[in-house]
Amino acid sequence: MVTFVVMKIEEVLKERILVLDGAMGTMLQRYKFTEEDFRGERFKDWPSPLQGNNDLLSITQPEAIATVHAKYFAAGADIVETNTFSGTTIAMEDYGMQDLVYELNYESAKIAKRVAEEFTAKEPQKPRFVAGSIGPTNKTASMSPDVNDPGFRAISFDELRVAYKQQVEALLDGGADLLLVETIFDTLNAKAALFAIEEVKEERNIEVPIMVSGTITDASGRTLSGQTAEAFLISISHLPILSVGFNCALGAKQLTPHLEVISAKSEFFTSAHPNAGLPNAFGEYDETPEEMAAQIKEYLDKNLVNIVGGCCGTTPEHIKAIADLVKNYKPRPIAFASI
Amino acid sequence: MSKNRRVLRLSGLEPLVITPESNFINVGERTNVAGSKRFLRLIKEEKFEEALDVARHQVEGGAQIIDINMDDGLIDGKAAMVKYLNLIIAEPDIARVPIMIDSSKWEIIEAGLQVVQGKCVVNSISLKEGEAEFIHHAKLIKRYGAAVIVMAFDEVGQADTYQRRIEIAERSYRILVDKVKFAPEDIIFDLNIFPVATGMEEHRKNAIDFIEATRWVRQNLPYCSVSGGVSNVSFSFRGNNPVREAMHSVFLYHAIKAGMNIGIVNPTMLEVYDDIPKDLLEHVEDVILDRRDDATERLLEFAETFQGKTKESTVDLSWREEPLQDRITRALVKGIDQYIIEDVEEARQQAAKPLHVIEGNLMTGMNVVGDLFGSGKMFLPQVVKSARVMKKAVAYLTPYIEASKDKSTGANGKVLMATVKGDVHDIGKNIVSVVLACNNYEIVDLGVMVPPEVIINRAIEEQVDVIGLSGLITPSLDEMVFLAKEMERQNFNVPLLIGGATTSKAHTAVKIDPVYKHAVVHVNDASRAVTVVGDLLQKESSDTYKKSVKLDYESFREKFLNRSKHKEYLTLEQARANKLKIDFKPEDIVEPKVLGTTVLEDFDLRELVDFIDWTPFFRSWDLHGKYPDILEDKVVGAQATELFSDAQKMLVEILEQELLKGKATFGLFPANQINDDDIELGVPGNETTVFRTLRQQTKKRDGVPNIALADFIAPKESGLQDYIGCFCVSAGFGTKELAEKYEAAHDDYSSIMVKALADRLAEAFAEYLHKEVRTKYWGYAKAENLDNTELIKESYRGIRPAPGYPACPDHLEKLTIWELMQVKETIGVELTDSLAMWPAASVSGYYFAHPEAKYFGLGKIKEDQVYDFANRKGIEKEVAERWLAPNIAEAP
Repeated sequence: MVTFVVMKIEEVLKERILVLDGAMGTMLQRYKFTEEDFRGERFKDWPSPLQGNNDLLSITQPEAIATVHAKYFAAGADIVETNTFSGTTIAMEDYGMQDLVYELNYESAKIAKRVAEEFTAKEPQKPRFVAGSIGPTNKTASMSPDVNDPGFRAISFDELRVAYKQQVEALLDGGADLLLVETIFDTLNAKAALFAIEEVKEERNIEVPIMVSGTITDASGRTLSGQTAEAFLISISHLPILSVGFNCALGAKQLTPHLEVISAKSEFFTSAHPNAGLPNAFGEYDETPEEMAAQIKEYLDKNLVNIVGGCCGTTPEHIKAIADLVKNYKPRPIAFASI
Repeated sequence: MSKNRRVLRLSGLEPLVITPESNFINVGERTNVAGSKRFLRLIKEEKFEEALDVARHQVEGGAQIIDINMDDGLIDGKAAMVKYLNLIIAEPDIARVPIMIDSSKWEIIEAGLQVVQGKCVVNSISLKEGEAEFIHHAKLIKRYGAAVIVMAFDEVGQADTYQRRIEIAERSYRILVDKVKFAPEDIIFDLNIFPVATGMEEHRKNAIDFIEATRWVRQNLPYCSVSGGVSNVSFSFRGNNPVREAMHSVFLYHAIKAGMNIGIVNPTMLEVYDDIPKDLLEHVEDVILDRRDDATERLLEFAETFQGKTKESTVDLSWREEPLQDRITRALVKGIDQYIIEDVEEARQQAAKPLHVIEGNLMTGMNVVGDLFGSGKMFLPQVVKSARVMKKAVAYLTPYIEASKDKSTGANGKVLMATVKGDVHDIGKNIVSVVLACNNYEIVDLGVMVPPEVIINRAIEEQVDVIGLSGLITPSLDEMVFLAKEMERQNFNVPLLIGGATTSKAHTAVKIDPVYKHAVVHVNDASRAVTVVGDLLQKESSDTYKKSVKLDYESFREKFLNRSKHKEYLTLEQARANKLKIDFKPEDIVEPKVLGTTVLEDFDLRELVDFIDWTPFFRSWDLHGKYPDILEDKVVGAQATELFSDAQKMLVEILEQELLKGKATFGLFPANQINDDDIELGVPGNETTVFRTLRQQTKKRDGVPNIALADFIAPKESGLQDYIGCFCVSAGFGTKELAEKYEAAHDDYSSIMVKALADRLAEAFAEYLHKEVRTKYWGYAKAENLDNTELIKESYRGIRPAPGYPACPDHLEKLTIWELMQVKETIGVELTDSLAMWPAASVSGYYFAHPEAKYFGLGKIKEDQVYDFANRKGIEKEVAERWLAPNIAEAP
């Protein structure tokens, strides 16, 4: 039984830069799970192929998931993300697993929370947090998939809102300390997620810290749905979020100018979890922990971030390099607005 | 820290941050069915493409937010709002600005909020239905992430006094900020602008009360904004625009000083405050500020005399008394060339060197033109007229400059312009050339049908800074790709501009950009050409700009290619199985009265005047809107009217003096469909003529056929004898000579005008001839009696599709038509290497007469049909591939 009082993340963030974990997928690939491993006993007769449904591993291979979380905590991460990137009815439709969405999110949060509590108990001065990962789904609410019918939409705001709401409820029930709306390539999807979170907050009369992380898809400096970094920031600033930042698609280096925009214009804490560089010709990420840390150092020298971690291709070694580095820096100061 | 200031931040694809230092924010108001009849009609008729142009026009004209309103009893407002917003969001040049979702119905507002990713403004909510509903809506708006306009309206009614305005504003503000926790900077008050000078005593203070309430709100309710619809204030002076314009300016002048920072204003209904005649200003201010008891009567009286005055002032020459530079600037801005030689001579005598007149006096004036054009206050035809004045002035000065051996040009850069090999269309290219020349670029115009080696050699010789390529027909697209490859091979590094009707950003990004290492930019309107060339040649920033362009095209290309993979296609065999199966009946087929070929020589073009479709004429001058509504358009109406009157004058001259010649040939032949896609003609002595048609191959919904033109002709197996026609008309003989004459006189405006008119006459000729054929020569529609509007709407039986256009994009079929009717030999219209017609103002095509024949677009086809088509035509696969390239679907 944990008996100490855990500090609130807002307070910790004023004292130091927090470290987010690295890639889950990259770590799971090392297990080389087969179709049978993905299915486990419970889904051995499931009608569609399940290999590649990483979120499902929280049910069929929970120890592997717990081990990855533990490795990241051991490497120095303050926050780990739940294994729920695709945990919505929309994204699970590919596997016909819409009915399992609540359980997937609930179990994933529980696993992460258990590991976090173990680490916090060992090191009470460094409390560990669980961020419920909320991915973008595989559909876009403000772009048409059909080039000949630009007015068409494959998904509506309401469909997204309902799906996200279910994911949010399960993540909170499972013990997530905060929520991370991430890899946002269409701001409208993110707005539906934020809308759903507000609904849950109101219904349960609770406050939950929310991290928001967009994705600048390429060197054009815009999200896939066409917004500049600042336009994106303005579009998600209507709610009292904990932090705003960027992840995925780019390496740490390419992300710098966009972080500068966010850091200069935002009154929220800022976050970044870039990929381990850009993919090479074989689609692999080969930036070493040292190389990545050297670029993260630029963020720190420029005082751009409060939370930093890794996305695709990053490993506990990358996170360790980053964690060792941030210890020497003070967090980016933020001024709280008052009316 | 600046980032923590409580300022209104909005976003489309790009941010709009409104700070206390910001200039007045102008909200575009033409995309409002309640305020624009034209927009209402477009939405009712579901012409969403044209409706998008309205929005685009607003943004290009400088609107920083666009207000969208679909509140009309006869349309489904919610569906229209969602559809229109979804389409806008797919247009980056519109979607870059924030959107104001305007409706009195909450369900429409909410539907709008659910489809826009950026931070919008809701227009509007109020306390009208009580506090509970106000709070409920405000909470949701906050959750959707929008700012809000709050009307000064409560349970009792609309605020119409100073006191009521500030009471309701304060009450609304306190509820929003204290109870809803709405960010105060996201609140915009609309304090109700009502008309003044209505003659009613209680309206006297309408303007001043608004202004004073604005001042109070901005001083007492921190961080909020104040907005309003300005044109209301002058409502009682409808019909007297000079007075209305003055009233708007005076009202805004005082309201902005009091703190109004956002407004719905029609920029064409606004006089510059400083330019309002002093006596008018005094009368208007008396009314707006309620300074005298008899202010309204005095303004009414004055307005009548004033209306009279403005009419006289059209021949007002008092500007000739102004200082020299003002006169030159005015001549350039207004496009008046009568006095320019006189003024330039005066300037020359004062200047140390004749060149200084160009660099000084004339460029000062042209900079004004450039600024006005850039800010949407001048329109293209005006700019072309300015250029005419400029050219005249420069031509006058040239001998003096040569004499003083002062040849440093001082131009901003050198731009080579050419219409590519095989293509003869140059209206757009000429407009871009003129506009660039106005902006002090030296233009090397190589004309039309320029072979690639000539472009390359001249570019090297002249050491140009930019190369601009233009083309209208589809084969020109491949010419452009070829030229880009050549430039790459010869290690060019100058930027390449691509423009013309068939070009697109998609084609440029996918086909041209990858083959040339340096910058390639697609530019389809003249106003953008100036900015693009400016950015490309700006020494300090051009590298960044070029890089950003390159990256933009790269990402566009990737997205485009990824998207096009989603399309599904049928095999040719499957498509044929799903062909349009018309139930051919003998009574639907009429034997032509005149079979074989008929030639019309020296046709009297005067007969065509009633057949002219003017809408495309305005489009060729970058003025968008339907004729005749465009003449009344609030933004471009005045310009369109002037252009139209110039066109009429020239048209009369052309017709009276027979400056252009019209010729036509057409043939009507027995025909039957064979082998699904071909049409075999029974021509006496020429048994083998076969038209090859192409069949749609994209997968259709159930019950929708995959059409080919051949489907409109009865198959041989039916045993019915059917018929087909084909034609070629031209109104272009004489155009070239006439245009050259004007160019020699430095009059590009008239040169472009001649070509635009010749194009219209050729189209009218085609329309006229089609009617003659339907009612007389073929005679299947003897009873037809349609006016021109109905003709333009194509409400008659039968179609006349043209090779090279959507139903039959293969230009190759023109060769068959030319051969069949001996077109070149009889009327002299030739085909270029790219199978464009020469003279350019020509139209050719087929006639189909079946009642079910209709226009359609072929869309993309697959390799199997390309091979089949090549086999049927007896040509090499590669040849077919080259000609059909724009229509071949990308391999997945």
